[in-house]
Order: sequence, then C-alpha cells, then structure tokens
Amino acid sequence: MPDLDELYQSVILDHNKTPRNFRKMDGATCEAEGRNPLCGDHFTIWLKVEDEVVTEATFLGAGCAISKASASLMTSAIKGKRRAEVQALFESFHGLVTRAPSDTTPSGTAVRLPPQMDAFRGVSEFPMRVKCATLSWHAMRAALDRAARS
Amino acid sequence: MTLSSIPAQAVSRSAGAGLELRSDATQLRSDFPVLAREVHGRRLVYLDNAATSLKPQSVIDAVTEYYSEGSANVHRGVHLLSQEATTAYDAAREKARGFLGAAQASEVIFAHGTTSAINLVARSWGDAHVGAGDEILVTVMEHHSNFVPWQMLAQRVGATLRVVPLDPTGAVDLGAYVRLLTARTRLVAVSHASNVLGTVAPVSEIVRLAHAKGARVLVDGAQSAPHLPIDVRQLGCDWFVCSGHKMLGPTGVGLLYGPLEVLDEMPPYEGGGGMIGQVSLEGTSYATAPSRFEAGTPPIASVLGLGAAIDYWNGLDRPTVFEQEANLMAYAEERLTTVPGLRIAGHAAQRVSVIAFTLGDIHPHDIGTVLDTEGVAIRAGHHCAQPLMRFLGLQSTARASFSFYNTRDDVDALVMGLARVRRMFA
Repeated sequence: MPDLDELYQSVILDHNKTPRNFRKMDGATCEAEGRNPLCGDHFTIWLKVEDEVVTEATFLGAGCAISKASASLMTSAIKGKRRAEVQALFESFHGLVTRAPSDTTPSGTAVRLPPQMDAFRGVSEFPMRVKCATLSWHAMRAALDRAARS
Repeated sequence: MTLSSIPAQAVSRSAGAGLELRSDATQLRSDFPVLAREVHGRRLVYLDNAATSLKPQSVIDAVTEYYSEGSANVHRGVHLLSQEATTAYDAAREKARGFLGAAQASEVIFAHGTTSAINLVARSWGDAHVGAGDEILVTVMEHHSNFVPWQMLAQRVGATLRVVPLDPTGAVDLGAYVRLLTARTRLVAVSHASNVLGTVAPVSEIVRLAHAKGARVLVDGAQSAPHLPIDVRQLGCDWFVCSGHKMLGPTGVGLLYGPLEVLDEMPPYEGGGGMIGQVSLEGTSYATAPSRFEAGTPPIASVLGLGAAIDYWNGLDRPTVFEQEANLMAYAEERLTTVPGLRIAGHAAQRVSVIAFTLGDIHPHDIGTVLDTEGVAIRAGHHCAQPLMRFLGLQSTARASFSFYNTRDDVDALVMGLARVRRMFA
C-alpha cells in the first residue's frame, strides 16, 4: 500500500503552504507556462539567464501541493546553476519521481539534487502524480530552450 | 442461456405479472463484483459514478457469453452463430427503445458513446443544416463533449456559438435562454443533467421554446440516463444521447435516439460496410436509419452488455431506487456541510446525485489522493467542463457522485476521509 506520509512529507506541505520564489519576475530573460490539460493546473516560470547561468528563477500559478512544492523547491535549486547542470538536475529529478534504475546524473556533471528534494521520492508510489511533480520542471526547461534560441 | 434465447422483446418498463422488482441497496450491492474488492487494504467506497458506473455480474456475463459462445458478426453471415448474434443485437436495440421510450427501434442508433453520438449529429446534421450566420446555443454547464463538437461545427461553417448562463443557484437561466434564442438559432444542445453540479435542465421547456423558433434540440443524457426516468417522446427532443458505461453497461457503446423524420434529414457520417443500399463504381445509395449510421462491425459485445444492463434496470423498482438515491444525496449534503471549510458548488432545486465541492484552499487532487488511500474513490479536477469552472470562478473541484448501490456507510467514509485531509493540510 502506498504510504501517504511518504508522499506528503513535511517539506512538501511546508512549500505548498508557503511557496518560495512565488512571484512574477521583472527583467526575466525568458518565461514559459506549464499546463496539465487533464487537471487544469498551470504554472508560469520566469528565469533570468546570464552567461549561460540561471541567476534567478520565480513562478506563479495554481496547482496541487505536489506541483506547487515542486516548483518552489526547483526554483531554489536551479539558481546559480549552469545550463548543463540544470539539465542534469532535471534528469535526476525525473529519475527520482519515476524511480528510474539509477539516480546518478546521466549528463555526467557533478551536480546533485539538494537533500530536501528527496521528499519527492514518495511520488514514485503514486504514478498518477508524477505529472504534478514534473509540471514546473518541464515549463522551466521550455523557458531555457527559449532563452537558448533567442 | 445461449445468445438466441435472449427474448426479442424488451422486458416491460412497468412491473410485469410475477416479476419481483428489486430496490434493497444492500442486496443490490452483491450484484456488483467490484464492490467486494479492497483498495489499499480498505473496503472500496466507489463515489465516482458520474465518470463511469460499476457493472453488475449479468452485464459481465453477457459480454463473456458473446465471446465464449457466439463471437460471430451481425447482419452478414448465413450461419447459425451469425444468426444468433444478429437476433441478440436486434433484441438489444429493442431493449434500448424501451429504455428510452422511443416509438420504434429503428430510431435508436448504437454509437460508441455520448461523445461519438454528438459528433455524429454535429458532422452529419450540423454540416448539412447549419450555415454561415446561424447560431448554435449551448449552456455553460456542458461537458466538453457537448461543447467542443459545436464549437468545431461553428468554426467549420461560420456559425456563432452562444452560451446560456446559469442562475446563482446553478440552474439554467431560462430568462437568458429565451433572450438568446432567436430566429437565427438552428440548434440547442443541452445536458439533461450536469456532470459537475448535478443540475437537471428543464428540457421539455427548452425544447418547446426552441421548436417555436424552428430550432432543433439535442439532449445530452449521459448523466440523466442512470438517475432519472427517460422518456424521449415526453421530452420532445430531436436527439437524445447517452453512454452505456455510465448506466451499468460496457464501455464502447452509446445510444443516439432521433425521430425518423429527423434521422431522415441526416446524410451518412461514416461510410463503409453495413450502411449502404447499393454500391457501384458510379456511386452509392445508403441504407435507412439506423443502419445508415452504423458503418462497420459494431461493438457487438458491448451492445449485448448494454442490453443486459437495460434488463437489470427493468428488474429494479426504479421509482423506489431513485427516491433512495435522493435521500442518500440529502444525507451526504447534510454530512458534508458539517466539514469546516467545505463548500458545495451548485444548489439548483432539481439535481441528480452529484456533489462538487471545494475544501478550503486544499487542492482537489490532494483531496483525491488522500481519500484514495482510505479506499474512497472520487473525481478531482475540472471534470471536462472548463467553461463551467471559469463561470463559477473555480479552477477545479472534488466531486462525489452516487448510484443506487451506494449507502450511508459510503457517505460516512467520505466524511471521515475528509477529516484526515483537513488534518494533513491544516
């Protein structure tokens, strides 16, 4: 039986209640919206990318506890990271919530998910909620791709 | 029972002599094998009936029996198996006629569900009879399946889609409807009952007003068929559509009713086998209804399963069963209003047993996940009714929807589960 306390760990409940970086950003270099058509949840991610480094990340929108906490922790985690490192974090996070065979960083960078992110390990027991956890990550990656193209 | 032994005539809608009609919920529950199953170590509390109903053993048996004893195609072969399948298929149509109260079985088309039935009407009748400058009326409470096909039709032909609002209780605003209904209105599409608010639309009145303006009316009965007595001739509508799987039957089959004179106005939708009169290199003539709209091999097993579902309905004392359901709904509302922070969306005077609610600022998906671990199955989200959500100023809601096999214990389990949700997200 999936463990509810594993899913809704205190870190997640805390970030749901008081999300960090929960604001629109002035002077963002790129932004993207993530939308889950099945449930209507949506978040907009703003990034400031300078010299291939994410110097600032914020978000706004509406979603469940999992998606909101994920966006909150993600925007904190990618700050100060280089593009390649952010990509590695994306893959690590994806592996964590889908329980992919290995949680090593496939891109070969040394960057690791912050320990707090371990709170999302329980999501893998709830397949219906994986999309919630990864919604903001996909939006963030879309924003980064846009920054690369412009 | 072999397929050929299924009686060609539907069981009478009223209590036949010697036919014991059933209404005891506890007893009826034992007909549904899924209810014996556990979910996460808990008794299954199934409150997602508006999404799909559970299936009684007799429906499961009818589907199994077709594949194990028959499995032949219909309206094609000369061999015994094909004859049996054809007889059973035609018998199911007669049962559906009885369920809907249609005058003739040929006015009942087997579609693949409510969505496919509406798309059939939109493509066939819509493309032929709705043009630039015409107007199509829908209500804001429509499910996407009774909204998107009309929006697509309007865009195809240059017509305008107009939307009837609800009043503050969540009932269809008839005053606004009358104002929006004009000589340009070609078609009105309305849910008999809302899949979110449970609101029952005053369909007879809507039809009367529309016909006075020369407009046709399609009634989406997906949510009413399992909860209200259906009589298409009394409703007076031009089309009535519903889904087998929401009324105890299998997935993949739905009903499309239309009076023959309306069906005769409709060109074929899909071309293929079974829908033709004669085919030659120069051209093709088409069969009359219902065959004209049933191209290809139909979902035979599902049709027979739906026939068994209608037999099951005919064995119920429906007035008593629906009254029990209304009482359960009242009990659920009374219990739910004791949950701090819980708000029910929609209080129309006439409703089927669907309750959409929010709980403080707790996201409905989180409510749904916590309840699931308690064995309580509800729906969370926009319920394929995003225009309604926007109209209500809500992003999403949780939804508990009931059937005659639900009990007060189920309501109590829901309320207990919500207490846990509140503790968790306090």
